[in-house]
Amino acid sequence: MQDPSTGPLATQATSSFTEHLQRSRPELLPFNQTLPAGTVPSSPHATTIVALTYAGGVLMAGDRRATMGNVIASRHIEKVFPADQYSVLGIAGTAGLAIDITRLFQVELEHYEKIEGTLLSLVGKANRLGAMIRGNLPMAMQGMAVIPLFAGFDHVSGTGRLFSYDVTGGRYEEQEHHSVGSGSVFARGALKKLWKPNLSEEQAVAVAVEALYDAADDDSATGGPDPVRQLWPVVYTVDRAGNRRVPERDLAAIAGAIVESRAIAGREA
Amino acid sequence: MTQQFYVSPEQLMKDRADFARKGIARGRSVVVISCADGIALIAENPSPSLHKIGEIYDKIAFAAVGKYNEFESLRQAGVRYADVRGYSYDREDVTARGLASVYAQSLGAVFTAEQKPFEVELAVAEVAPTQEQDHLYRLTFDGSIADENGFVVMGGLADQISDVVSGAWEPELGFAGAMRLALRALATDKEADALPATAVEAAVLDRASESHRGSRRAFRRLLPEDMTQLLTEEA
Repeated sequence: MQDPSTGPLATQATSSFTEHLQRSRPELLPFNQTLPAGTVPSSPHATTIVALTYAGGVLMAGDRRATMGNVIASRHIEKVFPADQYSVLGIAGTAGLAIDITRLFQVELEHYEKIEGTLLSLVGKANRLGAMIRGNLPMAMQGMAVIPLFAGFDHVSGTGRLFSYDVTGGRYEEQEHHSVGSGSVFARGALKKLWKPNLSEEQAVAVAVEALYDAADDDSATGGPDPVRQLWPVVYTVDRAGNRRVPERDLAAIAGAIVESRAIAGREA
Repeated sequence: MTQQFYVSPEQLMKDRADFARKGIARGRSVVVISCADGIALIAENPSPSLHKIGEIYDKIAFAAVGKYNEFESLRQAGVRYADVRGYSYDREDVTARGLASVYAQSLGAVFTAEQKPFEVELAVAEVAPTQEQDHLYRLTFDGSIADENGFVVMGGLADQISDVVSGAWEPELGFAGAMRLALRALATDKEADALPATAVEAAVLDRASESHRGSRRAFRRLLPEDMTQLLTEEA
């Protein structure tokens, strides 16, 4: 705890949790360390995330696979997280760093809200995430990149908005839909055909699950629906009322319907 | 060279304590009540933006009386302490007891070592799944810490308000009952029977926030319209 007797000078006071850690506990930051020369041993990588807008909101979905080279490191990993009440983020890249950056980002938003008594604007949140990804650039140069996708509901414009990032922390607003990760090329192809303006929430969830199905079909690092272990993608929707995780039961039904329709069609892809 | 007069340590501490007590006694009061639905925090505060009550962590809230700049810096330090702790260990590892003891150390150090003591009194409240496990800590300007049972009253007219609250407090109260009791108690030196909902700042720590609102954050600030709605409910 910072000693209140000396009093935080107005110039030093910060509403940012990351800045506070940088000053007082830099060793707790997921990035901000100098690595010795050499190659980093292989570590789990998180893969495909898709996000799309629909009438009155935005949703994000991620498959459940993490890979380490040719090995499946995890079948249960979750890569889409609520950032705060009105936004979600999904992560692709080095899983260990990405999960810690997510945790830091969640605390960052909550910390700002508690200190200031008000929520950050959606673009403000997106910029904070960009700064964190830029902070991770030295690690990315060692091969441990983290690429997030950020989506949230903007109360000013009354719509769901999507932001993608590059490895240097560059932030780009995306229209309609976007995807990141190893299977993103295939997911994006599927989204281009499946996405339509003014989808309902249920239709949008089905489009996201189908795009992930197509990604898993062609990308070995993306996991498809797994009826044996009852594993389905993680899907979060965000609208005016806040974010909501789509229940497993609904996802099982949607994934089942997609597999069934593909089996009936009986075609190559 | 100017000669320093000798002042006995007893006198020095007494002077500092009197100074702090006077500062606190000037302020309006705060009531924190543990009840069946959770913990209700009510402060007499005409300002809708300069808060005396704040969220520290998932299950922990903060209430203060005294000088705004002093308790606000303590509140922010508490939020930083809790967030760093929860980030480096786990969210479950942030407890009111840990926070209260850090506050006690800070207040104690300022009381003995600084030019002037903090003119504040704090309450740290933690809501638990059952009422018996709730924690209410009261911290005074000299760093004393007390584990209170049922309710905490702080501020200028603490004794009178405390008498009213202790006469009517019972563990079965809901949020509506606790709010009514607090509004009545805070009006002890006024003409009216109870303060209007607009004259207070109120918040609750919801015992069942996970099942009611799907949020692990139990703290919820009550806007004047929430208060009016709550007070029209049957007790």
